[in-house]
Amino acid sequence: MKAFESNLEYKAFLTIAVVLVFCIPILNAVVPEGSFLHVSSFQLSLWGKYITYAVLAMSLNFLWGYTGLLCLCQSLFFALGAYAFGMYLMLHVGVDSVYNTALPDFMDFQGYTELPVYWAPFENGGFALLAAMIVPGMVAFIFGYLAFSSRIKGVYFSILTQALTYALMLLFFKNNLELFGQSFILFGGNNGLTDFKEIFGSKVDAQSTQIALFVASSVLMLGVYLLIAWLLTTKFGKVQQAIRDSENRVRFSGYSTTSYKLLIFVGSAMIAGMAGALYVPQVGGINANEMTPAKSLDVVVWVALGGRGTKFGPILGAIVVSMIKSYTTRAYPDSWLIILGLIFVLVVLFMPNGLIGLPDQLKPVFERFRKRSIAKGDVTENRA
Amino acid sequence: MIRVPTEKHTPLVLSVEGVTKSFDGFKAINDLNFYLKGGELRTVIGPNGAGKSTFMDLITARTKPDQGKILYHLDSGEDVDLTRVREHDVSQLGIGRKFQNPTVYRSHTVYDNLKLSLSGERSVLSSLFYKESATDRDKIHDVLDTIRLADYEDCLAGSLSHGQKQWLEIGMLLAQDPKIMLVDEPAAGMSDEETERTGELLLSLEGKHSLIVIEHDMEFVRQIARRVTVLHQGHVLKEGAFEFVKSDPEVVEVYLGRQTRNH
Repeated sequence: MKAFESNLEYKAFLTIAVVLVFCIPILNAVVPEGSFLHVSSFQLSLWGKYITYAVLAMSLNFLWGYTGLLCLCQSLFFALGAYAFGMYLMLHVGVDSVYNTALPDFMDFQGYTELPVYWAPFENGGFALLAAMIVPGMVAFIFGYLAFSSRIKGVYFSILTQALTYALMLLFFKNNLELFGQSFILFGGNNGLTDFKEIFGSKVDAQSTQIALFVASSVLMLGVYLLIAWLLTTKFGKVQQAIRDSENRVRFSGYSTTSYKLLIFVGSAMIAGMAGALYVPQVGGINANEMTPAKSLDVVVWVALGGRGTKFGPILGAIVVSMIKSYTTRAYPDSWLIILGLIFVLVVLFMPNGLIGLPDQLKPVFERFRKRSIAKGDVTENRA
Repeated sequence: MIRVPTEKHTPLVLSVEGVTKSFDGFKAINDLNFYLKGGELRTVIGPNGAGKSTFMDLITARTKPDQGKILYHLDSGEDVDLTRVREHDVSQLGIGRKFQNPTVYRSHTVYDNLKLSLSGERSVLSSLFYKESATDRDKIHDVLDTIRLADYEDCLAGSLSHGQKQWLEIGMLLAQDPKIMLVDEPAAGMSDEETERTGELLLSLEGKHSLIVIEHDMEFVRQIARRVTVLHQGHVLKEGAFEFVKSDPEVVEVYLGRQTRNH
């Protein structure tokens, strides 16, 4: 296929696809629990979560690595997608024993007897999935249109995106929004949306559901990879990278950089939203903590650590950092943040191209090492 | 008073009449009149702060004038008011601009740099489904020959020398097939040999395109100069042949004189 740069990339992609979509689900479902080949359900949903993180990192890389727009609200789009699909899940928890209604608890608690209008459409799963893309896309469109058409770029853009995620975080932490003298119930306030029971008619924590969600996340990741790989080969992708290198030149070559950047921003927000939608049933909840600016900075760390402006780097970065994080939070609960921060500082200082650039970076060192050992060998031979 | 150009046989491509532009009360351009004929190579000189860059910004719709008209004359006889055009549409009309510092797309090959600059559709959709045609390829190779970078087509633009980047940027303008080319200090930072080749390149374009070249280096101006416009305090001080302008006492006073005193 045209999207791949090399045969190696093509083969690696196929291998990863087969492993994710066939091997791991089979190892979970078919191989008996005692066998060392068995993949536990805990591992499965953990990796499902990592994969949605990887998609989130890819969406930021598409924006930052290839267009030069450092967005500090990528987790906001992720969380908006998660909320949209979480609303669907929240409306399918069944009748609870305390209040005897089908409404989410936080609505019962506030005395609601029927569903607010803006919640109602989310009873439909298809609508919720669509909204998980459209809502982040809309937010990105409005914000991006205002920012790009007034020529806001560089750090100013980054700071504004951070302000955006902070503002929406404050909104989502509220239980109610007072507007025009009326009170609107929001999205569960501090607790957010949690305690899901059913997804498209099956139990959320059933093994088959977990496998389906894992496969769906993997397919999303592979699809996004293909999409980005294809885009990079088109003239669109070339314009995109040209904007990163010299936006003025692109504009004077007659391209409306505003519309290009807007489309890229909206597209990347939609990808992040889809990742969020798949994240929420696997993790079992979403709350406004996911919108704190620090969460979006995490994504920047993943991309920088894995390798910005490379196709595979962000995936690697997201997974490696998440693995280190789950290990260190268990092993060193007091100092894991320091360890993670240290790793990031070291990478920025010594690995400008991230993990993925490490082999190329080390090549000259190996060469020198080899030459020296060859030279040494010559000397000893001569002596002999 | 608007001064009408004397020779009328070749049609004008650009007329700038009575244009004023001030920034915070400072008049960067003050009642400027300027006419450019089809195929002409015009050199614009002037001391720092004379308004040369603002002049280019005005023509490329980067800034809008406070007063005055900037008309671009199409072959069809129609006039386009450049003060009402959006920045990214200017190049579609056939006006290309080369920046003072070479601005090329570092991480693309020389070939791709030119490909992105080829005239044609610029919309998002068309760029998604763009297919390179044989005419596109020929055109790119023509430009590569003109700017003498044919051996470098697969090199990353970021790895070129300073002079080669300048030529590449001129090539990117050529790929757009512009009617008017605005070239800002093309010889800045070049070696003598590179400067001379740049001069030859610009001279070879005369007649096919109308060029406005802004330059500081007087040696270079001597090499390429046909008709020279001297800007001073946002106004045209003198206009004419290089030898005529050079010996004009007023010009010597504001520009050449000051330069010799400085050196």
